[in-house]
Amino acid sequence: MISQNLHMFVLAAPLLSGILVNLLGRLSRRWISVLTLGSLGFSTVGAFFVLLRVLAKGSFHYTVGNWTPPYGIELLVDPLSALMLLLVSGVAFLASLSALKSVDQELPGKQHVFFTMYLILVAGLLGLVLTADAFNLYVLLEITSINTYGLIAMGKGRAPLASFNYIIMGSIGACFYLLGVGYLYILTGTLNMADIASRLPAQGGTAAVATAFAFILVGLCVKMAFFPLHGWLPNAYSLAPSGAGVMIAPLMTKVTVYLMARVFFVMYAPWQSTGHQGVHPLVVWAASAAIIAASALALSQKNLRRMLTYIIVAEVGYMVGGIWLANAQAITGALLHIVNDSLMTLCLFLAASAIVYRRGSLDFNHLGGLYRSMPLTMAAFTVGAFSMIGVPPTAGFFSKWYLILGGIEGGHWEFVVALLVSSLVNAVLFFRIIEFGYFPTGEQAHGHGHGELAVQEAPLQMVQPLILVAVALIAVGLGSGWIVNDIIRLVVPGNF
Amino acid sequence: MESILSEIVAKYNYWIYVILMMIGFYAMIGKRNLVKKLLGMNIFQTAIILFYVSMGVKRGGGIPIVDKHEALLHGVNPAHIDNPVPHVLMLTAIVVSVSVTGVALAIMQRIYREYGTLEEDEILEKIER
Repeated sequence: MISQNLHMFVLAAPLLSGILVNLLGRLSRRWISVLTLGSLGFSTVGAFFVLLRVLAKGSFHYTVGNWTPPYGIELLVDPLSALMLLLVSGVAFLASLSALKSVDQELPGKQHVFFTMYLILVAGLLGLVLTADAFNLYVLLEITSINTYGLIAMGKGRAPLASFNYIIMGSIGACFYLLGVGYLYILTGTLNMADIASRLPAQGGTAAVATAFAFILVGLCVKMAFFPLHGWLPNAYSLAPSGAGVMIAPLMTKVTVYLMARVFFVMYAPWQSTGHQGVHPLVVWAASAAIIAASALALSQKNLRRMLTYIIVAEVGYMVGGIWLANAQAITGALLHIVNDSLMTLCLFLAASAIVYRRGSLDFNHLGGLYRSMPLTMAAFTVGAFSMIGVPPTAGFFSKWYLILGGIEGGHWEFVVALLVSSLVNAVLFFRIIEFGYFPTGEQAHGHGHGELAVQEAPLQMVQPLILVAVALIAVGLGSGWIVNDIIRLVVPGNF
Repeated sequence: MESILSEIVAKYNYWIYVILMMIGFYAMIGKRNLVKKLLGMNIFQTAIILFYVSMGVKRGGGIPIVDKHEALLHGVNPAHIDNPVPHVLMLTAIVVSVSVTGVALAIMQRIYREYGTLEEDEILEKIER
């Protein structure tokens, strides 16, 4: 009984404890860390067992409240969604360790509000990963977005303005998605994704279906900050409190890319064989342009966190391009990159959060002498940076390798070139940071006489998750053969 | 010309939805005042509600509440009742739109406290200074 419903417990734990944090956190601050870590830890362990069960017994459909699909809401637990479940809860757990510390410093007295939104956001993301119902997806997308708006607005200075712009753009995205679902409902009379997919081919390649998909995909592109629609992301993510950044940056865009992959595999690809062949190359070209443009923008930034946000925009281009190349290699690369990119982004943002905790700023001229004063943090940062660049034993190399193979197989050389250019740009970006970190700035050298900086590592609670993620990046890199063969290959549809 | 006109008259609710949506979209993108942007967002969402509600309605359809015994004995003629599903979906969408509006208003309050204005140009001017 429990093993059958385990994924529901995984989903419910952060949701319920989010409400409890708000109530009990007012009484005593001690409850906040107990409830947050307890529920997210439970979810991570639970998600691990869900993944094991799915790998052993195969994927299964789950109907909530016994309302049979297509009328009731259906959840789909297959190897990919189980893997995403583990990824979301694991990343959220590690991020919360560091967030507990940095929120204490940045938002004293508001911790219970922060972690209420934080936990409900995790619950929303877990729901998004599982759902197989198009309208349910919209509702969960808005639950996650509303919590993100709130978390970002808790930042200092311009953060509320950035959050407001995000609300406007995010609502446009969500409304476009809703409109697309409305068109599909008129055409098929159902909201269940698999059911929609089974009825669509009968419609043929009509303009109505094409319009529906255009709305849905553009809506998701706004939410994931695909290049020309990325305007809201850099401000929102760089101004958010660092405790929120470590969680939102690795997960939000990546889960939205996962949703696009689901929509693409389940609904779009079966229908698309009836026509509209010209769309694929167009999207791949757009993705290549996105990668190069976002990398160029990253070069012109003067703040570490802002630079990382532009790298996120470039990485979204990788994954979207990989999905729309629509061959087995590229899709494998894109799905693997969802996992790897979440971990790399988590690693870099955790490091950034630790640096902010000690230095108070991430502007490039404040980064001097970091390797001497925060050696562990910077060691982990270097692993994350190498993974972003794509240096072999780290995870980033393997997904990029599959993406490049897919690009060559599909004959899209522009995508291959974009990937290589972006890797080079990443190398330039990160070696610049490493250079800043090795040499103390002028005033620091004078202040300490011999240029010696005291070791001032971030608190243990922030360094531990960072080291863990850095190790995970290498472990996932070495184990990527297993992830590809045992999980991702199972979900790539046979006709690719 | 004649056929276009009759097409518009026959599906006037869908045309109103498109016009409303464009008004809202313009306000969200084009206006520089944050309150007007938010109002544009609400118009946009209302347009979608109109779209969903009108897709469930049928000419000559009644409310979808049927007598259980009657329905079990004689069955239900779907032409005589409106489709309730899109209407129910919109209940959820209204809740979503109200919560987004609430969050946006709260954030706007913080912006006003910080900058003393809700005009985007003036805020940007103050930031640059």
